[in-house]
Amino acid sequence: MSQSSAGAVFKENIWTNNPIFIQVLGICSALAVTNLLSNTLIMTIGVVFVTGFSNLTVSLIKSLIPRKVRMMVQTLIIAFYVIIVDIVLRAYLPEISRNLGPYVGLIITNCIIMGRAEAFAQSNPPVISLWDGITSGLGYMGVLMVIAFFRELLGFGTLFGFQVLPETFVPWTIMVMAPSAFFFLGLIVWIGKSIMNRSGAAA
Amino acid sequence: MTPLVNPITLFFASILTSNILLANFLGMCSFISISKDMKSANGLGLAVTVVLTITSAINWLILEYVLIPMDLLYLRFIIFIIVIAAIVQILEMIIDRVSSALYMALGIFLPLITVNCAILGVSLFLEIRNYSFLQSVIYGLGSGLGWWLAIMALAAIRKKVEKAPVPAGLKGPGITFIIIGFMAMAFIGFSGMLSVQ
Repeated sequence: MSQSSAGAVFKENIWTNNPIFIQVLGICSALAVTNLLSNTLIMTIGVVFVTGFSNLTVSLIKSLIPRKVRMMVQTLIIAFYVIIVDIVLRAYLPEISRNLGPYVGLIITNCIIMGRAEAFAQSNPPVISLWDGITSGLGYMGVLMVIAFFRELLGFGTLFGFQVLPETFVPWTIMVMAPSAFFFLGLIVWIGKSIMNRSGAAA
Repeated sequence: MTPLVNPITLFFASILTSNILLANFLGMCSFISISKDMKSANGLGLAVTVVLTITSAINWLILEYVLIPMDLLYLRFIIFIIVIAAIVQILEMIIDRVSSALYMALGIFLPLITVNCAILGVSLFLEIRNYSFLQSVIYGLGSGLGWWLAIMALAAIRKKVEKAPVPAGLKGPGITFIIIGFMAMAFIGFSGMLSVQ
């Protein structure tokens, strides 16, 4: 993986090695925020930002960090960017910041970020690491947006807060609650894996 | 917000109705990867419960007596994660000295706990919900027990599912999520009895 090109990294992170449905990472904060599209969008933009820049930073200073304490240093770098996201959200989007509650802080323990820093940024130059972080974040965003789309549509009859389904539509209360997130994630993993198995068998 | 929740109610609510894992989705990563066999699920569950109780107490004290008086609330993410990492490290050393049998059982799980979102999540909930010291400790303990209960149940179910005919694409994580979905629905069934937000 040391000589990865930008295109290969993109394809890998968005599809063939998608953080959610192949690696099953970062589920913790993933599910709680997917009941409304707008929350999900803001949250995942935060994740893209943190993954990208923490990857860049780790890659830039990797030769300065002693191996033994690298986990701690990576955590601190990630925490630093998460604090920036938290402060920006509080200042400009107080409403959404309140909805997201503790989940912004939990970006720190999102395994995707730590995983990418450890697996990619440790052994690659800065620019491609930044790109890797951003595309991993986008792969994560893609899956979450799909889940949020269905949950908001069926749970509230709205998309981004606009009514799309007719007034006569009865919202499915279950969609707003926790179990539906697990069901959707299970289904998405199923669909993703089946498509991949088929194309793998054809090749 | 709700500073006067009865501690006993809070204890049971955090185990059952607002289970940290099934209602708040915290601690999923290690939950999925460790739940393949009962023995390690048990070890991890115990370790999470112990660490969760201790860290929620210490983080509450730090929050109340250091961060709020000094107006350093924006540093809480960093402080909490350092406290968690430090406690895990200290606990590892103590267990290693005191009982090697326990160390063999718990040792490998302790480092995993630092990145378990449930631990940090509980500390952040304490702050958002303005719990008192007693409530925080009870909430930490209850959440740990709830997590332990959930991971044991999932490990037991997964053992059965291994032998079941599952479509190829659904094997592994896919079916696990659907099982967790059913478990979450079952736990929601308790919410008529107790509810604490």
